[in-house]
Amino acid sequence: MATTYNLKRADFIFRNENDWEKILNRTLQRDKTELINELISSELKGRGGAGFPTGLKWKLASESKVQEKFIICNADEGEPGTFKDREILTKVPFKVLSSMAICAYIIGAKQGIIYLRGEYRFLKPDLEKTISEFEYYCNEINFDFKIKIFMGSGAYICGEETALFESMEGKRGEPRNKPPFPTNAGYMDKPTVINNVETLAHTFTIFKYGATKFYDLGVQFSRGTKLFSVSGDTPKPGIYELELGMSLQDFVDEFGDGDTKAVQVGGASGFLVPRKRFGETAIGFRGKLTGISLPTGGSMMLFNSSRSMFNVLDNYLEFFREESCGQCTPCRVGCQQLLIGIKAVKQGSKPASYLDKLLKLTETMQYTAKCGLGQSVANSFSSIVENFREEMIY
Amino acid sequence: MNPTQELITNLADQYGRNREQLLPILQGVVEKEKFLSDYSMIEIARELDIPAAEVYGTATFYSFLEYKQMGTYIIRVCKTITCSMKGKNQILLTIKDMLKIGVGETTPDRKFSLLETNCLGWCHKAPAMLINDEIFTELTPEKVRGILTEYLKK
Repeated sequence: MATTYNLKRADFIFRNENDWEKILNRTLQRDKTELINELISSELKGRGGAGFPTGLKWKLASESKVQEKFIICNADEGEPGTFKDREILTKVPFKVLSSMAICAYIIGAKQGIIYLRGEYRFLKPDLEKTISEFEYYCNEINFDFKIKIFMGSGAYICGEETALFESMEGKRGEPRNKPPFPTNAGYMDKPTVINNVETLAHTFTIFKYGATKFYDLGVQFSRGTKLFSVSGDTPKPGIYELELGMSLQDFVDEFGDGDTKAVQVGGASGFLVPRKRFGETAIGFRGKLTGISLPTGGSMMLFNSSRSMFNVLDNYLEFFREESCGQCTPCRVGCQQLLIGIKAVKQGSKPASYLDKLLKLTETMQYTAKCGLGQSVANSFSSIVENFREEMIY
Repeated sequence: MNPTQELITNLADQYGRNREQLLPILQGVVEKEKFLSDYSMIEIARELDIPAAEVYGTATFYSFLEYKQMGTYIIRVCKTITCSMKGKNQILLTIKDMLKIGVGETTPDRKFSLLETNCLGWCHKAPAMLINDEIFTELTPEKVRGILTEYLKK
């Protein structure tokens, strides 16, 4: 299998969408099982960060006998350093809408919903126009499907799928226990497929070009391409579509400013990789043959040697403290204590060894927090504290 | 019927009176009145026939649903890592200097409120800020002065 990690640019997502009517119409004629199998064989995994196999998700939802089902597009893009979903919804919205319709066809849903974060409200008027054009076409081909936009109101946690359902049901955006999973009981306790914007855009590519085309990109366990949101200390910040599986070293060679000290992969809930590990780190999903492999929602933040990692961690922890929904104790109290703790070490009111206690606390949070937010605080905390311990103390 | 009651009734007519419509209704009130007063939350509860505490609980969860009196223009400066590295503090200082208010404060004429917010999703064009729904990116103190001068004229 190809295990070359060279950086390979691709151009699928933002390629023109003028043929969406043709692709949609053609796909809606096809057999449902065949479509699911095609999606499964492409090995597309969710592009929001968690990486659940998309084909399997659709399959599970399609198997439910419940009459009313939903397809939700998760556009609550809140992870620090991520801005690709907005670009997709601006440039190629028909791809996303078409994929929602195809999913609706497969699972048997009549209603699609786009959960758009409050910070992107300025997208709403244009998106509404696009949706009415899209619905007009669906009506023309006698396909019964409606899409509406639901606006968020500035809560990072609502990107978590079950918190998103709660929010849509008019409640506080507090994550639910799993199981039941959304494919059984999601929005309004009905079977729901919820996909990230980018995932839906990729499914369009798959149904347009076939699963093989997608599968041939990337490396084993990490098939296809991914949009990367590149920011921080880089001469060329922006959005880039790259094949999965490249080494971080190649990435830094391409996007770094020559003085890159560390890269935060996957946003504040992801991992910080220091310079000495660039060579051994690959970007993709877990299970790759060599080296460390980091999944990512696509956020790549570069830091050069002028940046203090203490300030970086301090900024992340403040973010988590504010965005924790407060429902479970490990996350609510944990985030507060971590922030107080690193400040105390920095000021000298606690000894350096206190950092080890804090590391233990993040471990506890990893095991006991209810959702991904509390569980993933440990990622950035431990990767920063372990690799830049001296900066935390002095 | 006073204006707030009328607004809430209209919103409920438009969206419906189910619990699922609570967020759109809250957003509608904030859009018009800039914040959710205790009175409007109680009225929404009455209109939807749910406990006022539930409305309060939901409303206070979301950072864009203000429950304190806000200015006509709410300025939200992104404070997350990249914006912070690329000069967010200079942007804040410029705004504070021009409007003579600190973070969390509103000008006496209730025209502007200044807030810090978490990642707005413009890290590649940092620093960024929102004024109501309008986004401004790649800010410099000069640019901010220009933008605010325009808003001061409004």
